Amino acid sequence: MRLTIREALLSFRRAPLLSALSVMMVAFSLFSFGLFALVAINFEEEFSRVEARVEIQAFVDDTTSVTTLTDGVAAVARYSEVQRAAPITREEALSRARESMGEFRDVFDAEFLPASIEVQLKEGFRDAVSVRRVADSLEAIPYVNDVRYGEEFVQQLDAIRTVATGTGIALGTAFALVAIIIIAATIRIAVLARAREISIMRLVGATNGFIRRPFLLEGLLTGVAGGLLALLLLRGAFALVTRFDFVNALFLESSMAVTGIAAGGLLGFMGSAFAVRRHLKHV
Amino acid sequence: MIRFLHVTKEYPRTGAALKDATFRIGKGEFAFLTGPSGSGKSTLLKLSYADERPSSGEVRVAGMSVSKLRRREVPLLRRKLGIIFQDFRLLEDRTAEENIAFALEVTGAASNVIPGKVARLLQQVGLGSKAASYPNQLSGGEQQRVAIARALANDPYVVIADEPTGNLDDRATRGIFQLLQDINMAGTAVLMATHDLELVRRADYRVLELNRGQLVFDSAETSTPATTER
Repeated sequence: MRLTIREALLSFRRAPLLSALSVMMVAFSLFSFGLFALVAINFEEEFSRVEARVEIQAFVDDTTSVTTLTDGVAAVARYSEVQRAAPITREEALSRARESMGEFRDVFDAEFLPASIEVQLKEGFRDAVSVRRVADSLEAIPYVNDVRYGEEFVQQLDAIRTVATGTGIALGTAFALVAIIIIAATIRIAVLARAREISIMRLVGATNGFIRRPFLLEGLLTGVAGGLLALLLLRGAFALVTRFDFVNALFLESSMAVTGIAAGGLLGFMGSAFAVRRHLKHV
Repeated sequence: MIRFLHVTKEYPRTGAALKDATFRIGKGEFAFLTGPSGSGKSTLLKLSYADERPSSGEVRVAGMSVSKLRRREVPLLRRKLGIIFQDFRLLEDRTAEENIAFALEVTGAASNVIPGKVARLLQQVGLGSKAASYPNQLSGGEQQRVAIARALANDPYVVIADEPTGNLDDRATRGIFQLLQDINMAGTAVLMATHDLELVRRADYRVLELNRGQLVFDSAETSTPATTER
């Protein structure tokens, strides 16, 4: 192990330019991936904020007693999809209506609006299918007259989400693939630069495993260094963008940053493994 | 030690480089391998250190069959051999002693025995004072001595030398040859490819001669060596 570490570090010292190039390639690949991830995260955040506005109103019969309504609300609150269920009495409905009417507030003077159960759904259940399912079961309650949930709004949100997720997966995969290819190519150059050394190692009886190990460690270190550099660049870019007051964006959570660096290490390791394997197969 | 039995090596494009070669080099023997360029000397040597596999026939070296050797067993064979080349093949960015130590480290030698052994090997090849020199600070002859020390690091049964004096002047050639003779005297078999007939004539060793891939002469079987007739 000591020998592996020594050989891996030696190669950084011997070919600093190539090592720096590899680190930079990893860093730029991860940086572009990170930028994309930032956009995706902030988009998702915005999206869930909009989504949180999805709510279902179940209007109840005028004859429904307050106790029945309260019991009904409690029952609805127990649905697995439901985050919050609240009773809206006729008075509340009126005062809300007045509020939203502004200067026309005095048009209403009687409690003509029906009472209702207002339902908000948990995250993950705000898609069209779930909303519809909950709406249907609300409709099945005997004293519920009408259920409204802005069907069109929910469906549009759903469509946007599908497109956004699809694009995200496609672009993310493409970025990751490009990163892997670039890293493998860079490490392959490093391996070729040491072809002579490898052939000498084989000549004196080194096993393939022995030859491979320093390269793998080198790849891992390169990847981690690249990951750190990418994080730094990303932080810089983020600071630059959020200098403007109107931008109110989120940065990566620390667990994601760590995952990113680990991903860099893994990329370096795999790129290296791939390049060395290919080389050893050919000589 | 080295045994070739009806060995043929064919390359896809250039055809047969070695045709039906049969010979045997015993323990502690010294043999020259001669012949013009392209006669198959390097191919024969490559077959003996498993850099190539025979197309047909059998190659046995140090008790292992090269024809049947699995990929991962190749290093085990190499550790029983010492291989020397015309171009030395030293690692340029390592000192003489690091080059030798490298061969020991590669085979998993205990790290506490390496420095002593390296020092002994350097003494043996007459480079005790050049341990810390890099290859580019050494003359050709000295570089080849480092290569020989490296070849001896794992106490080989056989030293395989491919034109070891090809890049050296007369004086260095004599020195290297003497060193190989000393190694042989100590009991290690040596198979040395060369087209330096002067060298071949100087010593009374066995001579194998190749021509166009065919083993045309073996002094162990005839009393009049072809090479000395010319």
